[in-house]
Amino acid sequence: MRRLLPAAFLLAVSAAAATAQQPVKLDVVNDSLPKSLSGAPGHADAGKKVFLARTLGNCLACHQVTSLKSEEFHGEFGPSLDGVAGRYTEAQLRLIVADPKLIFTDTVMPAFYKNEGLSRVRPEFAGKTILSAAQVEDVVAFLETLK
Amino acid sequence: MPYRHVGLLAAVVAITALAGVPAAAQDAGRKGIPAPPGHVFKTIISGYEFRTKETRAVQDDDLENPGFLAVERAADVWKKVEGSEGKSCMSCHGEAEKSMKGVGAAMPKWDDKLKKPVNLEQRINMCRSEHMKAEPWAFKSQALTDMTTFVRYQSHGMPVAVKTDGPMSPWFERGKQIYYTRYGQLDLACASCHERNNGKFMRADFLSQGQTNGFPTYRLRDQRLVPLHERFEGCMFDVRAEPFKPLSDEFLALELYVGWRGIGLPVETPSVRN
Ligand code: HEC
Ligand code: HEC
Repeated sequence: MRRLLPAAFLLAVSAAAATAQQPVKLDVVNDSLPKSLSGAPGHADAGKKVFLARTLGNCLACHQVTSLKSEEFHGEFGPSLDGVAGRYTEAQLRLIVADPKLIFTDTVMPAFYKNEGLSRVRPEFAGKTILSAAQVEDVVAFLETLK
Repeated sequence: MPYRHVGLLAAVVAITALAGVPAAAQDAGRKGIPAPPGHVFKTIISGYEFRTKETRAVQDDDLENPGFLAVERAADVWKKVEGSEGKSCMSCHGEAEKSMKGVGAAMPKWDDKLKKPVNLEQRINMCRSEHMKAEPWAFKSQALTDMTTFVRYQSHGMPVAVKTDGPMSPWFERGKQIYYTRYGQLDLACASCHERNNGKFMRADFLSQGQTNGFPTYRLRDQRLVPLHERFEGCMFDVRAEPFKPLSDEFLALELYVGWRGIGLPVETPSVRN
């Protein structure tokens, strides 16, 4: 009986991992993702937190944003995101965050909603996306405020 | 003596942190050496040039540079008899200042017996197990990193001169392939950062060309010397990749290839980094 318990536990864990490993499918239409990934609208306030958090978006590692001047260390890999909502539609921004390589070929920007086709991913991240669908939506809502 | 260093370093770290952002503006006059024809860079630049004035000053002053404590420690171990053969490094090699001059600048080197390149750490451990019949030192142990630093210091100021032809060429190609492969959940290659974006800020860090001429390097953050393969591991870990193992064939190939990217740079061991 006592031996069965860990086995049952393991089964449960691997079932969960298997769900996490379903490859993400993106419904790309004309270089954009018209549909919300989570099925719900995002929240800009939550998105700002995801944008800043080093273990989540960590977007400032590479981008500058004037309205976030009080935050330390804006990176220089990517362009300033000031006014980015005027340059792209919401649907385009969603694709840029989810998988920018589908638009900017060979960019250094990571795909935040992709979980396969990557090499030597650390076991704790394997099969997982960097952000959840809801977090991508929140970040997109935050980008929409950068007019 | 070590205590004095700790106090000083805390101050340096504080200054470096404060100086973080404005440093972007002060980088203009980075000195380098012209690269040979067919090289990836026009100018090859040491990591030293990408660090702050304060960090460079610590490296430049032999009395303040904590890496020299390792050089002193290992100078004693060089003469110390260990292992069942009753030998020290000195029994075979005499004065390190003479016999080891230039050795560290040319690593990794082809080994005819093993039919593969070996780096300085491996060579030191081969001497210990084969000639001294002493226990090899663990990678990252203070003893091995100290001795690696001491031997490489004997090439201080000499140009990096790795050989990449002959039997080395498949290793060079393998290293190059690894250098340009994107790894990890963040999907970045060495080249994404050190070739395409050197000279730019990534958060708190100013990206360099990722040169190896200063290794082992004293990291102010860690307050110890860090061997090259530990840095490779760190860079891979940071992109959420499963790093190759220190002293693996992959990292040997990478060490060879990245050494070539810095060909001609003066050896700066022990360098100082944030
Ligand atoms: C490792 C660097 C890096 C990270 C991290 C990063 N980006 Fe980017 N991003 C870039 C680069 C470089 C570009 C320019 C596209 C190219 O390569 O041509 C870019 C482009 C963009 C663009 C288009 C900007 C324009 O004006 O064309 C948006 C929007 C964007 N990023 C948003 C984000 C968000 C949101 C995050 C975090 C969730 C993020 N980026 C994280 C490097 C990065
Ligand atoms: C996400 C960006 C990134 C990637 C990818 C990356 N590195 Fe680095 N690397 C850094 C940063 C930041 C530093 C510290 C600042 C500096 O010296 O550039 C660094 C430092 C180094 C150094 C020390 C340079 C010195 O002078 O002290 C070496 C060597 C190095 N990297 C090699 C590599 C190799 C080889 C790879 C690929 C396996 C790699 N890096 C991948 C960001 C990166």
